[in-house]
Amino acid sequence: MQDIDNLKELDKKDEKDEKDEKAEKAKEVRRLIIQMIAEANSGHPGGSLSMTDIITTLYFSIMNHSAANPTWEERDRFVLSKGHACPAFYAVLALCGYFPISELMNLRKLGSILQGHPDHEVTPGVDFSTGSLGQGISAACGMALAGKIDKKNYRVYVIIGDGESQEGQVWEAAMSAAHYKLDNLCAFLDYNKLQIDGEVEKIMNIEPVVDKWKAFGWNTLRIDGHSIEQIIEAVGIAHKTKDKPTMIVADTIKGKGVSFMEGRVGFHGVAPTRDQEQQALSELM
Amino acid sequence: MAEMVATRDAYGKALIKFGKIYPEMVVLDADTSSSTRTQWFCNEFPERFFNFGISEANMVGYAAGLSTCGKIPVVSTFACFGSGRVYEQIKLSVCWPRLNVKIIVTHAGVSVGEDGASHQAIDDINLMRVLPNMTVIVPADGIETEKAIQYAIESYGPFYIRLGRLKLPLVFDDNYEFVLGRMSTLRQGKDATIIACGLMVNESIKASQILSEQGIEVRILNASSIKPIDKQAIILAAKETGVIITAEEHSIIGGLGSAVSEVLSTNLPAPVEMVGIGDTFGQSGSPEELLSLFKIDAAAIVEAVVRGIGRK
Repeated sequence: MQDIDNLKELDKKDEKDEKDEKAEKAKEVRRLIIQMIAEANSGHPGGSLSMTDIITTLYFSIMNHSAANPTWEERDRFVLSKGHACPAFYAVLALCGYFPISELMNLRKLGSILQGHPDHEVTPGVDFSTGSLGQGISAACGMALAGKIDKKNYRVYVIIGDGESQEGQVWEAAMSAAHYKLDNLCAFLDYNKLQIDGEVEKIMNIEPVVDKWKAFGWNTLRIDGHSIEQIIEAVGIAHKTKDKPTMIVADTIKGKGVSFMEGRVGFHGVAPTRDQEQQALSELM
Repeated sequence: MAEMVATRDAYGKALIKFGKIYPEMVVLDADTSSSTRTQWFCNEFPERFFNFGISEANMVGYAAGLSTCGKIPVVSTFACFGSGRVYEQIKLSVCWPRLNVKIIVTHAGVSVGEDGASHQAIDDINLMRVLPNMTVIVPADGIETEKAIQYAIESYGPFYIRLGRLKLPLVFDDNYEFVLGRMSTLRQGKDATIIACGLMVNESIKASQILSEQGIEVRILNASSIKPIDKQAIILAAKETGVIITAEEHSIIGGLGSAVSEVLSTNLPAPVEMVGIGDTFGQSGSPEELLSLFKIDAAAIVEAVVRGIGRK
């Protein structure tokens, strides 16, 4: 009996170690986001930090992909429809080995492979160029449709923003993905409740957002977008859902992980100063 | 009398012909398939045809996504909805990433007729040719339509092919070879050169016959390849005939006339007369009435040639 108890203890310890490892990875991504935006003195920290746990979990725990072969035909696809949050995307790609981590310090610089918004012609690992809101989700749907036509097993993931959800094209895409029964498509709404001009609710309310996606024919889930366990569980449900695309509405905090950025609209598109960078990094140790 | 074929009908047939050869071709339409003739492709290959209903922006995005997975998407609707309506989607989801999307539109220009201003694309050549990575083709007849579509399907990258609603006399025969960036010479002449595209090619041929009776011999160049444009042919024509007359079923702002003028003003300045629609919207009427009202017919070309020769 004692041995079995010991084994259980060890299993729990392994689980805990794994959990800590995933949380540590997300922290590392957050540190890189702060460093690269501070170095560029330009970029969007708030929305990058809010979706960090989602994109880190996708690339490290969920998606089939290969840094050695970024255009591998069978890979799962990812589209960052809210393209301005690309610092999080770039940090994850670098940690996966798509390009050297040192490259992150060239963000937004002349001739860089890391453009201000994702450009799939120049950045290894980026499946689709985005930046103008509302467009990426349609392209993700197109990738999912191609997978259906060719009876491929790959899945398509897309992250959209809450402010982005005000674009009409998002709802055209929503209607069509349900119409074509794209159950190989899994979308996340990074619901951090803030956009450039203020609170989403006050600028142009998107509520009741879960009901909207449900009404458009999607399988809908609502989770804490900073819980790695909940992200993995939700994607598992999406994977098992037949004939419907899945929308995971993820409640997040803009600027998550850095006390003076959390819930602050001022850090939507403003780089931290060098002092703020140091403070943020010390909080993220 | 030459056989009459609408470029959209030639398009419908070409889709089936090349759909059989290229299984990766998929056709997308936005509730205009009976008019654009993509329905013919749908009847033949229902599993490769996708109707988006009335949501053009989303359709262009799907095409972009499909192309990243190895498909050759052909996006079809009326010219007004397949250009200005989705300008930014074409610009950022197709042209910027240089994706293999073919936008083939019908019902261009005022010759769509009775539907009026809302349905008359007279700015689309302008909008599409300013986009980096975009190729723009305006075929003159049914034969050139098929050849241009074949060229587009067999080449990588974004294309905009502009077709019309009306039946037009065939200008070419089956031996015609479409070469991107090359203007074909339809008639030789020393007094002036008409550079035309689309249905204005046929109007130019009619005009040349009237002018010939007056002792004026014009060269006619078919400028189906608007972008890239045949700089050499334009410069040579200016050198040899001294004056250029452009003719297009499009606004004179930013279209073929502008493209030709850009080449001449930076290489060999020469007088240019532009036959096209002025700075105005279209309206309802029969195609013939509208072509006459907007002075984009053979009579207007004759006047422009005489005026141009006077400026030499």
